[in-house]
Amino acid sequence: MKVKQLSIFLENQSGRLAEVMGSLGKEGVNIRALSLADTSGFGILRLILNDIQKGRAVLKEQGFTVSETDVIAVEIPDKPGGLANVLSVLAGKSINIEYMYAFVEKSQENAVVIFRVEDIDNAISALQSGGVQILEAEQVYSL
Amino acid sequence: MIWNPEVECMPIEERKKLQTRRLQETVWRCYTHVPAYRKKMQDAGITPDDIRSVDDLKLLPFTTRDDLRDSYPFGMFAVPMEDVVRIHSSSGTTGKPKVVGYTRKDVDTWSELMARTISCGGAGKHDIIQNAYGYGLFTGGLGIHYGAEKIGATVVPISGGNTKRQIMIMQDFGSTMIACTPSYALFIAEVAEEEGVDIQKLPLKFGIFGAEPWTDNMRKEIERRLQIRATDIYGLSEVMGPGVASECEAQDGLHVFDDHFVPEIIDPITLEPVAPGTPGELVFTSLTKEAFPILRYRTRDLSVLNTAQCTCGRTHARMGRITGRTDDMLIIRGVNVYPSQIESVLLEAEGVAPHYLIVVNRVDSLDNLEVWVEVSDQVFTDEVKGLESLSRKIAASIETVLGISVTVKLVEPRTIERSEGKAKRVVDNRPKV
Repeated sequence: MKVKQLSIFLENQSGRLAEVMGSLGKEGVNIRALSLADTSGFGILRLILNDIQKGRAVLKEQGFTVSETDVIAVEIPDKPGGLANVLSVLAGKSINIEYMYAFVEKSQENAVVIFRVEDIDNAISALQSGGVQILEAEQVYSL
Repeated sequence: MIWNPEVECMPIEERKKLQTRRLQETVWRCYTHVPAYRKKMQDAGITPDDIRSVDDLKLLPFTTRDDLRDSYPFGMFAVPMEDVVRIHSSSGTTGKPKVVGYTRKDVDTWSELMARTISCGGAGKHDIIQNAYGYGLFTGGLGIHYGAEKIGATVVPISGGNTKRQIMIMQDFGSTMIACTPSYALFIAEVAEEEGVDIQKLPLKFGIFGAEPWTDNMRKEIERRLQIRATDIYGLSEVMGPGVASECEAQDGLHVFDDHFVPEIIDPITLEPVAPGTPGELVFTSLTKEAFPILRYRTRDLSVLNTAQCTCGRTHARMGRITGRTDDMLIIRGVNVYPSQIESVLLEAEGVAPHYLIVVNRVDSLDNLEVWVEVSDQVFTDEVKGLESLSRKIAASIETVLGISVTVKLVEPRTIERSEGKAKRVVDNRPKV
């Protein structure tokens, strides 16, 4: 149920993002989903990769500061109100969302939303009992 | 105006006799009442009787800031605490400040020397002195304050900061002298211009500036923008505070009040006195202090001594503007900062790499201290709030130790240059003195 996400610390300077992508690309690591949080001083790049172990090794080799984080991937119908339903399930159990990002699947009529929450196990059971479709990790890596 | 012509213009030979007598008293006082001094003299194989003239000063061992740290807080006081009426301190090397004390007579001496300093700067009893040096443990605020009262001027104890209020008071009270750091004087001028206040039209005539090194070009700029005479003053709390030396209207070196402090210049490597007129490290010995006498204190400030007579009539030796330091101490907005203080905070902060860089910039005439810290895997969280709270926490810890605000910048690993030998810890982008 838990999906591994790789987070990378980036200074705000031109070319850093390109270096990350270049290193991963050269080693054949593919990006499934991506989000970038930026502040005035630094950025945090969050990636779901097809091969997180390899991606991590490649970036460590390049000297980047990286960490792995457990997140939840949820599949929702790609139509108005789809996300609202999921959020109300979490809100009903008072589960705080640290951050989230979404993308639309290529082959199906669904969207995938990645959630990072404080208490991931509680969130998973809340979503399950709320009838929300949670994706298995392997499904996400091979999307 | 010369505050005390009898002393300040005393024939040099006569002053030398005075210095000899006072030095002998001071050495005896140290030997008798301060175990650390007695031990140093014994280790050097000398007794107070070996000091037969002020020229024998060179026989005495040096005192360093480490000696002051080792005796924290009151270990080098030469009088019982019941005779100490005042404590001041300045930042030390490892978080512990350097603490100094004053008897009532010391405070009187200090007031006299600050009266001379303020007179050197042009002010007298009819002046209104806006004292924008910080009041508190720092010697600047109260030092100026007592001297201003001594000459009978009107002192406005506004202390530092709150620049708009400084300008309002300057306008409303008609201040004729400002006392602050030179960079703060320029900052006041800039804010006044932004606020549409024509500072050149105000009654302000004089400024006495110290606590940080500054250039002659900066003097010209202050004098032009504020339309005042800008005087360089010098002092350090270990010796007394402000009032150790001051320029006169000739603006050609700072008169060291050498009836109270004997200056020497030494080679910082060989520690031998240099030939007259050669630049080197300034060393001071106090001649009259009771609570905290100091023998041959190595200031780490680089200067040069000039014993030629000044056109103003004062016969005090003159020291040149401070041109640098022999150690890594920085002066940020008048506050002494050692890189080791910042390092000790970082070492205590959990998981922070020992690699850091101190970057000093001058923004709008004011010093800005930035500390770069590398984000290691241990401290990296993938949430913005986690990293922001990390940098806030480090900044708060550093501020507690230094007493001034800093900006902590998180950088990627290996951003900061590694070095085989002594790591480069400081990038000072301020204009060179």
